[in-house]
Amino acid sequence: MTRVAIAGGSGYVGGELLRLLLGHPQAEVVAVSSERRAGGYVAATHPNLRGWTDLRFVPLAELPECDVLITALPHGYAAEHIGDLSCLAPRLIDCSADFRLADPATYREWYGREHPAPAWLERFAYGLPETNRAAIREARYVSGVGCNATAVNLALWPLVRAGLLDLTRPIVADVKVGSSEGGDRASESSHHPERSHVVRSYAPTGHRHAAEVRQVLGVDAELSVTSVELVRGALATVHAWLREPPEERTLWRAYRAAYAQEPFVRIVHEKGGNYRHPEPKILWGTNLADVGWSADPRTGRIVALCALDNLMKGAAGTAVQALNLMCGWPEDAGLRLAGLHPV
Amino acid sequence: MNCPECDAPLAPFAPDTTEGELLPCPDCGAELEVVSVSPPAVALAPSVEEDWGE
Repeated sequence: MTRVAIAGGSGYVGGELLRLLLGHPQAEVVAVSSERRAGGYVAATHPNLRGWTDLRFVPLAELPECDVLITALPHGYAAEHIGDLSCLAPRLIDCSADFRLADPATYREWYGREHPAPAWLERFAYGLPETNRAAIREARYVSGVGCNATAVNLALWPLVRAGLLDLTRPIVADVKVGSSEGGDRASESSHHPERSHVVRSYAPTGHRHAAEVRQVLGVDAELSVTSVELVRGALATVHAWLREPPEERTLWRAYRAAYAQEPFVRIVHEKGGNYRHPEPKILWGTNLADVGWSADPRTGRIVALCALDNLMKGAAGTAVQALNLMCGWPEDAGLRLAGLHPV
Repeated sequence: MNCPECDAPLAPFAPDTTEGELLPCPDCGAELEVVSVSPPAVALAPSVEEDWGE
């Protein structure tokens, strides 16, 4: 078994990493850190893991050397301490935003400060297998992915790679997201009477994940992110324009070319039924992303859609998928999970 | 034989398939009507649009 440690395991992404890795056929979780919860049982923080582990959290400084270190620390920490963290394991996956952007100037533009370890950026492979599989296989260091960026990237990827979009027209992604994207720390805005039932435009412009979309797809897409009444889930509704009048078979070919062989992306574009388009709720707890579209022959506008679980395909699930690739394991090891219905 | 809507390859007809039978496309879910058994051919079946608040 490959010895895996998790740095920062008390948050929601850490909890999902634990859920996946405790049942993984090739990985053994040997330690998990939390400064806040040090000494406490993992299952006391993640009650869904009762009976699955008797691990206790340790302080970060007490993590042992291991084969793979996965970090799910607050944004900024891994970049500040990458030298020490990298001494713990020959392979590292960082789920934070610290190593997603390859260009230090882009990092400065979107995060408002100099990157603490710019020399490390080029060592990290961006961790989205659907667009960067070969690099992940060869990498020792892999970044996580932004959940909203992933929804937009997977929605647009077939259209961009097939050259179907009119790039002189704007691309605007409206992303509806659940409350777990805000992490496990309470705030005034997450207080139940304030958060419940919102349709809150929390980032109508300026969302940082736009930089990841630009990096992955090479196109500029504007993001508007709206908090809705979900705990898990994100739905990207991306508006763009096609170069030619839409033809369904052409679109099907483009989507199949991008995703027919992908283990975790499903094309959902059906003629009828309640779930004819991607819908986040039936993906809860899975590493699946469902993509689809609707094209308007009157205007040439295409609405590209992607639904996913932000904590899974948008974070921990993709990290484990990258782990499988890095270690040469079956890509779906520990990740073959169907969603729930009804839910 | 492919789906006329999405071009997905369709499985060969079962031996007892008859003209007029409706088959769903496995990819796009379109209802396909068997318009000929030999040679095998399907066409999009007329569908009743749902009105979701439009």
